[in-house]
Amino acid sequence: MSAVSDMNAVSGRAALTRREFLHVSVSAAGGLAVTLVWPALATAEGATPPKLPPAVSQPLGSFVRVEPDGSIVIGARGCEIGQGVRTSLPMLIAEELDVPWSAVAVEQLPYGLMAGRNPQEVASRYGPQGAGGSTSIPDAWYELRQAGARARWLLIQAAAQVWQQSAEGLRTQDAHVVHPDGRRLSYAELAPRAATLTPPSGDVPVKDKSAYRIIGHATRVADARDIVTGTAAYGIDAALPGALTVLIARCPYFDGSLGELDDAQARRIPGVRQVVTIPPPRAGAPLERNLAAGVAVVAEDFWSAHRGREALRIRWTAGPGGKDSSAALEQRATAAFAKNGLVARQDGDFAAARRAAARVVERSYVEPFLAHATMEPPNALIDLKGKRALLLASLQSPGDASRMINAMTGIPRPDIEIRLPRTGGGFGRRLQNDFVAEAVLVAQRVGAPVKVLWTREDDLQNDFYRPFGAHRLSAALDAAGRVTGWSHRVAATARKWRAADMEDESEWVGCLDRDGFPAGCVGNYVAEFLPVDFQLARGWWRAPLPTFAAFPVETFLDEIAHEAGQDPLALRLALLGAPRELDYRDHGGPKFHTGRLAQVLRQAARGIGYGRELPRRHGVGLASHFTHGGYVAHAIEVAVSMQGGLDIVRCVCAADVGTIVNPLGLEAQFMGGTIDGLSTALSLEITVKDGRIEQSNFPDYPLLRMARAPDVEVHLIESEFPPCGAGEMGIPPVAPALVNAIFAASGVRLRRLPIGAQLKGALPQSQAAS
Amino acid sequence: MITAAEVHVAIELTVNARPASFAGDPSMPLLWYLRDHAHLTGTKFGCGIGYCGACTVHVDGVAARACVTPMSAVAGRSVTTIEGLAHGGELHAVQQAWIEEDVPQCGYCQAGQIMAAVDLLRRKPAPTDADIATLTNLCRCGTYPRIRKAIRRAAAQLNAGRT
Repeated sequence: MSAVSDMNAVSGRAALTRREFLHVSVSAAGGLAVTLVWPALATAEGATPPKLPPAVSQPLGSFVRVEPDGSIVIGARGCEIGQGVRTSLPMLIAEELDVPWSAVAVEQLPYGLMAGRNPQEVASRYGPQGAGGSTSIPDAWYELRQAGARARWLLIQAAAQVWQQSAEGLRTQDAHVVHPDGRRLSYAELAPRAATLTPPSGDVPVKDKSAYRIIGHATRVADARDIVTGTAAYGIDAALPGALTVLIARCPYFDGSLGELDDAQARRIPGVRQVVTIPPPRAGAPLERNLAAGVAVVAEDFWSAHRGREALRIRWTAGPGGKDSSAALEQRATAAFAKNGLVARQDGDFAAARRAAARVVERSYVEPFLAHATMEPPNALIDLKGKRALLLASLQSPGDASRMINAMTGIPRPDIEIRLPRTGGGFGRRLQNDFVAEAVLVAQRVGAPVKVLWTREDDLQNDFYRPFGAHRLSAALDAAGRVTGWSHRVAATARKWRAADMEDESEWVGCLDRDGFPAGCVGNYVAEFLPVDFQLARGWWRAPLPTFAAFPVETFLDEIAHEAGQDPLALRLALLGAPRELDYRDHGGPKFHTGRLAQVLRQAARGIGYGRELPRRHGVGLASHFTHGGYVAHAIEVAVSMQGGLDIVRCVCAADVGTIVNPLGLEAQFMGGTIDGLSTALSLEITVKDGRIEQSNFPDYPLLRMARAPDVEVHLIESEFPPCGAGEMGIPPVAPALVNAIFAASGVRLRRLPIGAQLKGALPQSQAAS
Repeated sequence: MITAAEVHVAIELTVNARPASFAGDPSMPLLWYLRDHAHLTGTKFGCGIGYCGACTVHVDGVAARACVTPMSAVAGRSVTTIEGLAHGGELHAVQQAWIEEDVPQCGYCQAGQIMAAVDLLRRKPAPTDADIATLTNLCRCGTYPRIRKAIRRAAAQLNAGRT
């Protein structure tokens, strides 16, 4: 078992570098009761996937089985939220198993727990299964290639037994073991024998990169046919016999409560079975379960639940933020800058650099609350059947869901079955399981399986929102125009506020990118956080901190360049300096490589033809960011009309995310991330008035549509580094590249997101007149 | 006044070329009839106000947003959902193009996107970029560029089949 503890050590080291996402990993928050057995190294005991037809299919470890007809079934362990893990993770296994991708059938695995070595312990059957922090690929890079290689090792041993010769001279090709004399045995023939063998006790060798036939090759979405025929099962599609549909009217005031309820009309709606109330979270306490007080209408189908909910007469009692507003919040943020905050990083002496400066540049930026708005609204179907539970829901963190159900029901975790359907987007929303808690609460009251559905209005108004923040940046420049000092002060609604899983984190975590560029590149540097009060739950939102940090930092770099008469690309490259590694202590670290960021910047600039002559009122903007271990730059060309009309002419995205697993999937993630970035920068914000969210559905939270979505030219830079994932890296540089392009085209500098209507009537007279 | 004894005249319709009958509330949106009663869950719920297009189906061959189409409006009419688009095992050219261009990410909106694209190609067999830009279905993953490619591919495929 020494190999098992080695794996834990690897995992532990990785976890330290991504503290933001500790709660996602299987190992986190399980406390002392959890022992992990990593699947690639699990012994035969407990390593059998569930639901195997007896005596026909042959399991080779936790992820592979060979069917009697010779088809190779590979288990996909991750939560598929659109980031492509149902394809990319099985690719890693198939590569090392040495089977053609066309022979592989991918099968979604459930959340896998098994009993540990004593009654208090549970063990992970498949390793990390959550989706967060772009960690699926880096977590799997070693483990799942080993899983494939170990299954292949078993097949080779079986062939060696059949041929009664040493395994040494045997090789594999296209799902066959090949004898030195050319004889072949198929994996299907060998599987029954291989399944009886004892797995290797340690690592087995993996392929050299030059031998890859699947990794690095464009591979389409494994279950695309199910999607285009409407048969792919999402959480919202789940059904169980006797399950009742639940819609919940939730208190619109944060920490508010139920005042008066008249449900007489609702109970008379045909199909309505029951009306039950749900208690709110304890005021001021960590947000561990449901988010709001609610009245749940339990009905036979959606429409009767909807009609029942419409018929409820409810008076809600406002919470402590009942009169608060976004306008008041922004005033508080502005006022906060008068005080000193928490200094998260200080190098040299910024104040001295400022005093000695030939020029000082200072600017302020504002970013709004954001909702996740997954296309598939939150939902959860739960069956609490005595000492067991079954959960079918679209999730990002099934481990947290398992722990929560255990805490709420007392059902032992191995007896809580969680299936992982395809999921209609995550973006961080489903790292929270508040909707699962609601399902548990209602199921406990009703005594039948229940399916809680959320409408779009429920979703936009009951989210864990990306924090609001105001940023003040100051730069000191010497007479030669070099940046000698940098101060970044953030007044924001702390991500940590009432976060149940961040008690041991610093106040600024999630709001201040203390080690982000240009930290380490400027001698006198200070990063400071000023928390601002507001009654609204906060969460992780796609590339949470990088997206929040890139807009002010990368816009400010552009402003410094223009102020100092320098080229924005040249200024960035000069600041990055010689290619070298700098310390980066937060998620994506432990190192940040200046040369890799410079390379994607240069590539994006080349891609858009940076420096070429542009048509009138066209402009190009650049930005780059280090996100979760990946390096991405955008170059965007826009045209701004005299009336303030904005046309996105071209979008170039250059990305270095290490070794490329699936180029087609990567292109999709960067295309999608770029469009998400544009959509968000152009139009999206959540605002509060009189203690209530103002937005209620897509018309006032308007995602980008086809007409305005540009093509995205994606340049992937292959590098020798291990892969770092890709779901989030595509978004952070987009907003700053866009506003930098708008400035280049029009002379109008936008310092507030979303862009909205700010360009209308904002063009300087000199520009408009010319 | 609504009572538990609410009784409705049955609505007869055709769903994916099969006869169907519904005796519930005629104001129920077609979407929830399809999902909860006909057990056709390929048609998705996204906004409930006819804005996002995730619920797009065809009514008598024309794209309609099922979340705002009451059952009373489909009496005697023929409804096609994503499950009814392929014929036997043979995918519609638009479905095939979606696979070839590797369009789906989360995939949730794609049934609606495909139904809207089929409707577009019916009206505009050789759609221009401007024609494609009239599609208003939302995609949160940002698959629009690949949707455009897939529509062009399907159009070429269908037009080749016609000549």
